[in-house]
Amino acid sequence: MDLSALRYAKSHEWSAVDGRVVTVGITAFAAEQLGDVTHLQLPKAGAAVTAGKSFGEIESVKAVFDLYAPVTGTVTEVNAALLANPEPVQADPYGNWMLRITLAEGATLDHLMTKPQYDEQLAADAH
Amino acid sequence: MADHRTALTDWHAAHGGKLVPFGGWAMPVQYVGIVAEHLTVRTAVGLFDIGHMARLTVTGRDALPFLEHVFSNSVGTMSDGQVRYGLVLNEQGGIRDDVLVSKWPRGYGMVVNAGNRVKILDHFRQHAAGRAVQIDDRTFDTAMIAVQGPKAAKVVDGLFGTDPAALKYYHAAETVYRGCGATVSRTGYTGEDGFEVTVPNELAVPLWEELIERGAVACGLGARDTLRLEAAMPLYGHELNETVDPAGAKLMWAVKLDKGEFVGRDAAKAATGNPVRVGLELDGKRAAREGCPVLAGGAPAGVVTSGSYAPFLHKSIAMGTVHPSHAALGTPLVVDIRGTPADARVVPLPFYKRAK
Repeated sequence: MDLSALRYAKSHEWSAVDGRVVTVGITAFAAEQLGDVTHLQLPKAGAAVTAGKSFGEIESVKAVFDLYAPVTGTVTEVNAALLANPEPVQADPYGNWMLRITLAEGATLDHLMTKPQYDEQLAADAH
Repeated sequence: MADHRTALTDWHAAHGGKLVPFGGWAMPVQYVGIVAEHLTVRTAVGLFDIGHMARLTVTGRDALPFLEHVFSNSVGTMSDGQVRYGLVLNEQGGIRDDVLVSKWPRGYGMVVNAGNRVKILDHFRQHAAGRAVQIDDRTFDTAMIAVQGPKAAKVVDGLFGTDPAALKYYHAAETVYRGCGATVSRTGYTGEDGFEVTVPNELAVPLWEELIERGAVACGLGARDTLRLEAAMPLYGHELNETVDPAGAKLMWAVKLDKGEFVGRDAAKAATGNPVRVGLELDGKRAAREGCPVLAGGAPAGVVTSGSYAPFLHKSIAMGTVHPSHAALGTPLVVDIRGTPADARVVPLPFYKRAK
């Protein structure tokens, strides 16, 4: 996956856009923080999600984290294989998407960060 | 104030250990991952830096009566080389700390929780006044390493002046490592066979690296926490605190009410009907976390004190305190995990017991 083609949320979700459909997952930074993943909770297809609002949670042995929708729209597809066994997301967060969201009318990705902007945020957070 | 560093902290940082503050110390929470480290200890052998645990010595003519006065378990019946678990109670019968006492020919050793070191030293010095007893804090000039797992005896074989495998559980020996005085005890906090070794600071890295060369794997406090949870060992600040009484903590086996007067005895004896520690097994894979409310028939019944997905048992387990009327084995309860209910039931402790 070309990471420079993705958009990034402050809350460490990535978004890949193809027309009106946005594929969503978590970044390597989030996966690294999480550690061993034990459980994933995602909405069902058809659910409405709002940018910045929680759409589910991901849990590791260590802790539980909210997942935030990077965009506003309707969930059209859920990665059922990952839902059944979320473990692989830790080793390969960009190869294991979670949701496909069809953008609501008027919704955009303009508020999300580019790769250089996201890297800058990570560097700033590390200090 | 900056966190204290053990004799091994630099080693952890240089070898991928993720350092976090714990009990006033910078400690590695994990190296490769909690699950991998947990399974290593259950199936092979892991190493833990436990240098943050406070190591005290109690010596002098009045050492025995002093310890009988501040420690809940019996000390007078201990023989040389024996280790005993017990509590330091407050005047209200609450738990100030849970500690290990070792008896040596010249006095006693005590291992105290890192976060309680200063509090316990203050308490002891207050009660030592007027007695011929000397309390020394050896925490900063010694290191302590736990070697835990079914292969623990194999990796320590031949390392010391005496044979650790000859020790019985909860026994300790004064021995020699590379020409210096050391102690080895057959104790641990993982539910596995293993040893806890104390050496002078300068021998910490050599011993740690020698154990790794022999096949032991460096593990962090994250795995230590999930291991002790599976083994249902209470953790101070979670299952135990100043307002929890020994009966509620299910630790009356470590309180000898008939040994004579000691701090907190009468209050501990009188405490009944308080919330009690139970084990909970939850449906599904979500973990109950500390503070999650426990409900019975929709009404508050208690609270979770520790919980996790159990890496070896492959299920969601928790310890918590509930009103005695909900503590019977098999009682169906509900844990409110961040607003979503999870069905649970009271199960026997420990969750995990190693095959003998």
